[in-house]
Amino acid sequence: MFLKDYFGTIFKSIKSLLTGMRKTGYYFTHPKEILTEEYPDNRATLKMFDRFKGEVTMPHNENNEHRCTGCQACEIACPNGTIKIITKQEIKEDGKKKKAIEAFVYHLELCTLCNNCITSCPSDAIVMAQTYEHSVYDKTQLKKILNKPGSKIMEGVE
Amino acid sequence: MNQLLEISFSSLASSIHSWLSSAIANATILNVVEMAIAGVCLLVFLVPLCFVLGYMERKVAAFMQLRLGPNRVGPKGTLQIVADTVKLIFKEGLTPNASDKFLFNLAPIIVVVVSMLVMAPIAFAKNFQLWDLNIGVLYVTSISSIAVIGILMAGWSSYNKYSLLGAMRSGAQIVSYELSVGLSIISIVIMTGSLKISDIVMSQADGWWIFKGHLPIFISFVIFVIASTAEINRAPFDLSEAEQELTGGFHTEYSGMKFAMFLLAEYINLFVVSAMAATLFLGGWMPFHIGHWEAFNHIMDFIPSSLWFLGKTFAIIFIIMQFRWTFPRLRVDQLLNLEWKYLLPISMVNIILVTIMAIMGWYL
Amino acid sequence: MSLLGENFMTEEGEFVINMGPQHPSTHGVLHLKVWLDGETIKKVQPHLGYIHRSIEKMSERLSYRNFIYATSRMDYLSAHINNQACALAVEKGLQVEVPARAQAIRVLLAELTRLQSHQLWWGCTGLDLGAVTPFFYAFREREAIMEIFEETCGARLTQNFCVPGGVMYDVNPNFQKRVKDVMQQIKSKYREYEEILTGNVIFENRTKGVGYLSKEDAISFGVTGPTARASGISCDIRKWFPYDGYEKLDFEEVVMEGGDCYTRYMARIEEMKQSVHIIEQMIDNLPEGDIQGKTKNVIKLPKGEFYQKVETARGELGVYIVSDGAASPYRIKYRSPNFSNLSALETMSVGTKIGDLVAIMATIDLVIPDIDR
Ligand code: SF4
Ligand code: SF4
Repeated sequence: MFLKDYFGTIFKSIKSLLTGMRKTGYYFTHPKEILTEEYPDNRATLKMFDRFKGEVTMPHNENNEHRCTGCQACEIACPNGTIKIITKQEIKEDGKKKKAIEAFVYHLELCTLCNNCITSCPSDAIVMAQTYEHSVYDKTQLKKILNKPGSKIMEGVE
Repeated sequence: MNQLLEISFSSLASSIHSWLSSAIANATILNVVEMAIAGVCLLVFLVPLCFVLGYMERKVAAFMQLRLGPNRVGPKGTLQIVADTVKLIFKEGLTPNASDKFLFNLAPIIVVVVSMLVMAPIAFAKNFQLWDLNIGVLYVTSISSIAVIGILMAGWSSYNKYSLLGAMRSGAQIVSYELSVGLSIISIVIMTGSLKISDIVMSQADGWWIFKGHLPIFISFVIFVIASTAEINRAPFDLSEAEQELTGGFHTEYSGMKFAMFLLAEYINLFVVSAMAATLFLGGWMPFHIGHWEAFNHIMDFIPSSLWFLGKTFAIIFIIMQFRWTFPRLRVDQLLNLEWKYLLPISMVNIILVTIMAIMGWYL
Repeated sequence: MSLLGENFMTEEGEFVINMGPQHPSTHGVLHLKVWLDGETIKKVQPHLGYIHRSIEKMSERLSYRNFIYATSRMDYLSAHINNQACALAVEKGLQVEVPARAQAIRVLLAELTRLQSHQLWWGCTGLDLGAVTPFFYAFREREAIMEIFEETCGARLTQNFCVPGGVMYDVNPNFQKRVKDVMQQIKSKYREYEEILTGNVIFENRTKGVGYLSKEDAISFGVTGPTARASGISCDIRKWFPYDGYEKLDFEEVVMEGGDCYTRYMARIEEMKQSVHIIEQMIDNLPEGDIQGKTKNVIKLPKGEFYQKVETARGELGVYIVSDGAASPYRIKYRSPNFSNLSALETMSVGTKIGDLVAIMATIDLVIPDIDR
């Protein structure tokens, strides 16, 4: 009885070990199962999903116009002070004053990419870009002004 | 080509010998010079060998893990290990403040020297052996057990509790697994009746022991592979360096070249153990022959003996590597259980079977 | 230098080693001070606080919409479930109805989160026990799930997809197909898991009978999640206090007797199967409708206290909000599962070997940032 148990254990153990080795052996002999993505080499083909949250950007149209009214809803919605809106008063042709943005300051180094600013913006002025390579040598380079120089607010956006 | 290689190895050696003896009159100096030449040859062989093994280990691991492995430095990543070596050489070799500096620096040297010494009696090809001493097998087993002193030294002198624990584990492990390794080697010695490596290889001219020896020898082969995996501290028996438990075990405090020495020793040991397994059980450099198939045997003879030897060795190395990349690690008490409750009793019974077989002549 | 001293060796000759804060098997900055007699563990003392980021305090100055994002950083492997818990707590205060579709999406993503968390745990358990290869097999399936998250939520780990009242976006058009493919893939790989780890004799020896946690101890330490269920305690919040429509789903609570590492391991494997089962019954009948209930732009909770608990991949996460009627919480307290589970570590590990301590930690499945918050 004892001997039976003894050898039974041995055979069971060896069998279980061999099953494991068969599995690794299978993958060793089937190189097409390899999953490695050779990252810097596949930059050209690597495409992020549309919803991928890379960084906050402000799209401009061909006339260098954006949709941001300077309402600061995004600034309030941001949990960690990533966005600073600097506004100015613009005088329109008819003499009326209008609030406009001087600069939309965005600190990528603080951003947690939580998407709260995007959903809170009433005029859909900002979107997430699908960029993913953000490393720079100095963190001051991560501070970005999102509205392009000389850009204006689009007609009809309130 | 076969003949050519063998002739060239032995004739090269003898021509060097005759040339040297004509140049140097004193026999002692002649001996020393010849030893030095052999030593240099060994070193020149060992360094590329370790590169090959290091590269092989990474690739084997990578393929089993659905990865590509090193593929940046050099074609297919072949130079990666060279780059790593260069990095290790330029790294600062720290010595902890509170450590025993003499022992700390001596330990890696001992480990490497021991593993190199064991290379001496291995028959790499027909008539190509550095030192065919008449107690070759005994020499290998006895010298290889000195390595534990180096490991204990490293663990003790590091003044690090992880290292000490690792070294203690290693001590217990090597001392116990030595027995099984020894017993399975003895089963071959019983069959051949000689401790000389060249005799053991020659005795397999008509068939390798693993085929001739039936089940008992096969069991000794399995035990030898398992026990020697444990003896060289490789996973699943790598308790002395158990990364997840002891962060690195006995070599926790080592860096730079001193760390590289431990790695070097590990790979040399891996090679030696596999070479021993190939020599004892798989016929060393003997080609594969099947009974009376003259044509087949002739083709097999045509493959150089050195290739036979390396092929068998690397096959065993691959198996040991596959162990490492498949199995979880044993716990320290289970490790000793495996040896004292399973491997040792089985090999003792096995020895009796082998002896009966040898007396009755129940082999081919 | 003397070997005696608080950090070296006690008078009785017990070795004191520090596992962590940087140690390969603690998966983070957990510091365990371990007293050893030879290899046997005499005492374990966790030292916490290395990754304390004061998420609770920070939340007090954030609005009810904003504080949710930080909970993704607590138990980063159950990020979505943490977000869900916060959203649920706020909804409780607001008394707002969450549309059925939003609930279904939340539950689907929560189960996917549980699945990927357990998958990562499976790989790490193998890794901790010295088998490196299973880790990569686990990541292959986990990667497929992460891609679903990336496509749907825009992020792999810190999704921030739950907002008070619902979810941020509707699912992607090919979400259903993708999920079904992944479920197919995962189901076909169960066998592989068994071959390489579960049935392996070394693995069984390393885990069976190791790190025993009795039912009584588990209750008194407040252990929850699969760790407690492996000790025979029925404590699945999804069953006992259903939220987001779990009451309508057909799944089983995995309760096992045994209480050792192997049972905890099997309990998690079973939970993975249950999660797959839940996902499969939901994926084909996602209800139509809105994805967000009606909430005001600036959320103000009524004066009072609100508590919501959910079942994360590791156990019971409680969110406790005290509101004074302002736009940000007066006080927030998280009851994190890992903190309580860690407290049972000493009971489980005294008398075992160092190697067992690693196995025990692996099977409690600790996520360190969740302990310190
Ligand atoms: S994504 Fe979040 S953290 Fe980043 S700017 Fe928008 S609101 Fe702020
Ligand atoms: S980006 Fe949107 S929310 Fe922010 S200031 Fe401009 S319009 Fe307002």
